[in-house]
Amino acid sequence: MNDNKTTNISHIIQVKDLTKQFGSFTAVDHITFDVKRGEIFGFLGANGAGKTTAMRMLCGLSFPTSGSGTVAGFDIMRQGEKIKSHIGYMSQRFALYDDLTVMENMQLFGGIYRVGKKEIDRRATEMLQKLKFASERNTLVGSLPLGWKQKLAFAVATLHRPEIVFLDEPTGGVDPITRRQFWEMIYQASSENTTIFVTTHYMDEAEYCHRVSMMVDGQIKALGTPTELKQQYNASSMDEVFRTLARGAKRGD
Amino acid sequence: MTGFTSFVKKETLHILRDPRTMLIALLMPVVQILLFGFAISTEVNNINVAVVVPHWSESVRQSVEKLSSNPYITYQGAIEQGEIDQYMRSGKCDAVVVFSNDFDKVLSEWKQNGTGENAMQFVMDASNTNLAQLGSGYLTNILAVDQMSSDMMPEIHMLFNPQMKSSFNFVPGIMGMIFILICGILTSVSIVREKETGTMDVLLVSPVRPLRIILAKMIPYFALSCINLTSILLLAHYVLEVPMSGNLGAIIVISLVYIALALALGLLVSTIAKKQVVALLISAAIMLMPIVFLSGIIFPVENMPDVIKPISAIIPARWYIDAMRKLMIQGIGFVGVLKDFIILCVMTIAIIGIALKNFKDKI
Amino acid sequence: MLKVLIKKEILQFRRNSFLPKLVVVFPIMIMLVLPWVTTMDVRHVNVSVVDSDHSQISNRIIDKINASEYLTLHSVTSTFDLSMSELDKGNVDVILEIPQDYEKTMLTGHPKRLSISANSVNSNKGSIGAQYLAQTISHTLAEQRSMTSPEKRGDFFTIQNRYNPTLEYRNFMIPALLIILMIIITGFLPALNLVSEKEAGTIEQINVTPVSRFSFTLAKLIVYWAAGLVVITIALLVAWIVYGLSAVGSLAVIYAGAFLFIITISGFGIIASNISSTMQQAIFFMFFFVMVFMLMSGLLTPIESMPEWAQYITYALPPRYFVSIMRSVFLKGATFYDMRYNFLALTIFTIVMNIGAAITYKKRS
Repeated sequence: MNDNKTTNISHIIQVKDLTKQFGSFTAVDHITFDVKRGEIFGFLGANGAGKTTAMRMLCGLSFPTSGSGTVAGFDIMRQGEKIKSHIGYMSQRFALYDDLTVMENMQLFGGIYRVGKKEIDRRATEMLQKLKFASERNTLVGSLPLGWKQKLAFAVATLHRPEIVFLDEPTGGVDPITRRQFWEMIYQASSENTTIFVTTHYMDEAEYCHRVSMMVDGQIKALGTPTELKQQYNASSMDEVFRTLARGAKRGD
Repeated sequence: MTGFTSFVKKETLHILRDPRTMLIALLMPVVQILLFGFAISTEVNNINVAVVVPHWSESVRQSVEKLSSNPYITYQGAIEQGEIDQYMRSGKCDAVVVFSNDFDKVLSEWKQNGTGENAMQFVMDASNTNLAQLGSGYLTNILAVDQMSSDMMPEIHMLFNPQMKSSFNFVPGIMGMIFILICGILTSVSIVREKETGTMDVLLVSPVRPLRIILAKMIPYFALSCINLTSILLLAHYVLEVPMSGNLGAIIVISLVYIALALALGLLVSTIAKKQVVALLISAAIMLMPIVFLSGIIFPVENMPDVIKPISAIIPARWYIDAMRKLMIQGIGFVGVLKDFIILCVMTIAIIGIALKNFKDKI
Repeated sequence: MLKVLIKKEILQFRRNSFLPKLVVVFPIMIMLVLPWVTTMDVRHVNVSVVDSDHSQISNRIIDKINASEYLTLHSVTSTFDLSMSELDKGNVDVILEIPQDYEKTMLTGHPKRLSISANSVNSNKGSIGAQYLAQTISHTLAEQRSMTSPEKRGDFFTIQNRYNPTLEYRNFMIPALLIILMIIITGFLPALNLVSEKEAGTIEQINVTPVSRFSFTLAKLIVYWAAGLVVITIALLVAWIVYGLSAVGSLAVIYAGAFLFIITISGFGIIASNISSTMQQAIFFMFFFVMVFMLMSGLLTPIESMPEWAQYITYALPPRYFVSIMRSVFLKGATFYDMRYNFLALTIFTIVMNIGAAITYKKRS
């Protein structure tokens, strides 16, 4: 018991044999891994490899078929709702309310996590200034360009200072400059001791992560720091590592 | 033309990929026509009647006996004068017959020489206007007319529909309502959805002409609606026993025009609305009430005041229902519904025209 | 937390260019136009008389028909077929046949019988028209008889139309329209709103927060409950200002019933959205039930004329109970005590629907 407790403190996510089946299709197949507090953990794989499904289980959006694990010290089988107060989540679709303004979205999500009104205002102002966004406070989110929505979605997901933020393909479809700015935000949050769990299929982004896992056909095929993996597979880039691993893949694009 | 057929194919795939919606669209009309066809009736065939009798006599007893044995009347017993209001308020009775103190005396006078006053009073719950009106007619027949010699009462024949089976009357109305609403809901999202997902631009830059895009969107739903039309006509004839004594060809042709009109109306809504929510609210919620109330389904058009008639005239369902009543129930031939047919055709062309103009304006 | 969510719903509602209009303008339009439309009082029944007698008495009957405010004399013909072809064309509703030698046989004491044929495609106009005609004739005949005796003829019976002495059909329609408006607004709107969050993906963003499904749904419902109360208030005001019709019974009882009803129907709307994956499906689902509610819960046609199996179905329709409450309290001044069983039934539905709404909402798949 005691052992568990100490690992819980250094490992914010612990997962063992996590599996999700949809009928006869095994989307996630016995995955086991840990994520350390404060690290940027890249969850890599091709489209359809099962990344999003795995992430949805960790966030309490989907029940695992079998396996066990904890997120922020709470059991993912039984304490899904408790997990939710300690995490932030940004989905592929940057699901902010289009018909609310930037500030109104911030107030909504801040309020949901019971951040005080003044505190929301302070944090939001600070974030918007950092993003050079202050002039758009009262703009409807629906009228913002995609890259801005993305940065804003991240700001909203971290507004309540969660212990861990889950980012599902956060940089899909934006230009390289915005992607770079986005990763600067991730580093900033990480330096404030927020754990980042990010899925992506951009292999160059994998290089920015402290540790990465590679998922193929629902299973984790490799796990380690980018340097370790490149050495292990005798590759010059993460892209090569991925190609080697994905060669035997049955699904995906 | 290949561009056109590939568009039709795309739209057909949209429908087939969503089997749940397709199933709903095919099953719902069947359930509705059966349920409403059998269940709804505007005829009043049951009136709850109580009596107030200050003095029971043989003739009063006979009258009450007549009441309680009448199939249209549910006899609720004798109550006190002071209880009438309470009984009516709580809905326990629709009418109360108050016999006078000297009922016997007045009745015999009436029988002898046709004079005599206030033998009884019919207190009707007129909050239900129609029930009160028909009910007082029934009570008059049972309690007053029958006391007269029978030769004074003409015999009454009901034509076409001798059992007063109201389902006959409602089937055309229900058809008119179902087609326009279901077709409208089906197509009203089709263009807005493309606006929301951004695929609209792909359509607009394609070399396919707008009229063809509009038609391509209608064709698969038109096919779907033809299945609905077939099942509804079969059910109406074989299950609900609607005679369909008119021209079957005319029934089908006019129905097809009406379906095209309804689909076009949905598309028109779709070109106007900016959001799916709005399109659906217009085609379901907002259109529902005028169609039910103004097209003669329940409330006959000829009873409408002159100010309202023009409003009713712009509702397509009104003309369709009128034509279907004539063809399916009265057995009138195509010539008798020519006016309805022409109006529906003109409306269809006009709606497609406006939808097209709206659609083009977006480019 | 609930406050934040309610604020979000109100902002979204207000920012929509269509919804506020739907809640305010639509009821006003409906209440201004539709009460005029729906008259079931049958007037202008077109009568064609086949007069084979050409006697004093037949002329007298024809005069009476001509003078009646309900009956309109369309034509006097010599054969039934001629009148019938007019009926076929829809120009005539009722045909009266006066047989040859009617007057003569009348004097002998064994008169031939008059006959009325009514077009019953529109059952109501047919039966009521025939009824009017029969009454007109029997009055005429009674008058004819009493002409021989000098006494002034009075009415054998009188009719008192309680709660609506002038038989204004509007009085019957206004509560019905009000209820339909409430069904449409408080049913369709929540159904669409929740599915639209599903389609936009925002519901997932909420599901991953600690917000409970209860408070998320409740926040939406509170806004639509308020909208429902706005709708009924507007409708009651229009009824009062335009038609001079105000509640005979207590407004508090009406609002209590209305509130229970709003909660029930909006709960139903939530169920519709929970089990649908697209807005179109949700609308189809709601549309089906709104039609059933409109046509089968006694709003427009009497429940008691339905076949027995259909009458049993009506017990499962929440509007059935609210229709009784609304009509009885608004028009007849019924008290809460008079309506206690309807209130009980409505309360049960409120609970059942909302439990159903909570069960069908899945936060986790």
